[in-house]
Amino acid sequence: MTTSGAVGRALPARRRAGGLTVGVATGYLSLIVLLPLAAVVARSTEDGADVFWRAISDPQAVASLRVTLLVSLAVVLVNALAGTLIAWVLVRDDFRGKGVVNAVIDLPFALPTIVAGLTLLALYGPKGPLGVNAAYTTAGLLLALLFVTLPFVVRTVQPVLLELDREMEEAAASLGAGRLQIFRRIVFPNILPAVLSGMALAFARAVGEFGAVVLISGNIPYRTEVASVYIFGQIESDGVTQAAAVSVVLLVISLAALLLIGGVRRRITRHDG
Amino acid sequence: MASRLALRTVALGYLAALLIAPLAIVGFRTLEDGFAPAWAAVTTPEALHAFWLTILIGAIAVSANTVFGILCALAIVRRRFRGHGLVNSLVDLPLALSPVVVGLALLLVYGRNGWFGGWLVDHGIQVIFALPGMVLATVFVSLPFVAREVIPVLREVGDEQEQAAATLGASWWQSFWRITLPAIRWGVAYGVILSTARAIGEFGAVSVVSGKVAGETVTMTLLVENRFQNFDLAGAYAASALLALIALATLLAMTLLRPRRDDA
Repeated sequence: MTTSGAVGRALPARRRAGGLTVGVATGYLSLIVLLPLAAVVARSTEDGADVFWRAISDPQAVASLRVTLLVSLAVVLVNALAGTLIAWVLVRDDFRGKGVVNAVIDLPFALPTIVAGLTLLALYGPKGPLGVNAAYTTAGLLLALLFVTLPFVVRTVQPVLLELDREMEEAAASLGAGRLQIFRRIVFPNILPAVLSGMALAFARAVGEFGAVVLISGNIPYRTEVASVYIFGQIESDGVTQAAAVSVVLLVISLAALLLIGGVRRRITRHDG
Repeated sequence: MASRLALRTVALGYLAALLIAPLAIVGFRTLEDGFAPAWAAVTTPEALHAFWLTILIGAIAVSANTVFGILCALAIVRRRFRGHGLVNSLVDLPLALSPVVVGLALLLVYGRNGWFGGWLVDHGIQVIFALPGMVLATVFVSLPFVAREVIPVLREVGDEQEQAAATLGASWWQSFWRITLPAIRWGVAYGVILSTARAIGEFGAVSVVSGKVAGETVTMTLLVENRFQNFDLAGAYAASALLALIALATLLAMTLLRPRRDDA
């Protein structure tokens, strides 16, 4: 009976300790994440809707958001192709040094973004050995964002390809399907949800990127200035309300991308079943 | 198998052009004039201060986020409570935010004209343009990693052993220390590595709140930018090379840990 007595005493204490995890998690998140974000939203709207509207319809702000969206979309499309291809090669191909290549994929997660920007500038900038100059151009912007978003599609598609049952493909091949046909009809539908998730993550990252972009893009208003750089400029020149308003737009864009892709994913997976 | 070779060539060529070649160039430029000038550039008093400041901020942020990450994962996986879904999505939010927005947010709370700024200044506590602000920015951006790594592992191991321990009279702390923590340790380790890399590499958020006071609030990444803007290209390359070495060590650690994490 002593055991049950011990259990009787221990259980309420365990429940309290378990409840404490909830308390700490919500408290920490509120203090670190929610409170500051609430301050941004509050600041962007505290002078009224028309001030907010004027802030986000400022031509330079609109241009920076347009550049951000267009370049991010391009980056995401390139990533969908290149990421799927790299994942495919890593799973289905075999060659010496594959382990190293697989490890290198995560380099953009490990390397500080400002260093990424500087390295790209060293190779593709005005003093680079190739004689090309992508500094202060849209191409430079593209390069920087392709660098930082590279792992997303690869890392979401790779595990799905690994799990994929090869028998289906072999059956299709024995029935006379060509390789492109097999990819289009069997592999592609299976990896599509993963590709979309990777694209959404890459998009959210590209839309907000700052460190990799700031050195190579030259930050020319209306041409290569992205939204994050615009916000930074506004903070530095005391346009805090302006900065807060564009920040809210940026926040809404990346959340919308994540939600949209989440919805698309759920629909695709449901059709699978 | 010609098409397989073609695909491999394109994939490896893309990686080489985007990741490897630029990094190699920086390594080459750093050591162009030999090792001594590069070493001198990363051991100036300014650079040493930046290095230790980066380590200090990283250590505080990663410790805080490790404790939080484990508790948060336990709350999300093991508990039913109101706002469960909200907590689950909030953990990921820092990944979808621009670092500049994070910096602005902290400015609006702790800055001179911010929500708590006036009160803090009256009590002689400086957050913005000082260490606390830089720590808060780094905590914010590196927050999701430990929780994200631990959540799937906790789901995988289930709670049968914890419940068995409970029926045998183990306290919450005993069962956490003896059963839960050993089960999730590789996930935690992987998350710690990812957080550390993110913390050391943070630039945008820290850049907004640091004020860039030379020799005081300049981290390694800010030093790289600072030197680049001041046309000290060699100095910027040397500091970058040091950060790149840390990144390569991170990759090595990730590669060594990944099989253990996936086995768990």
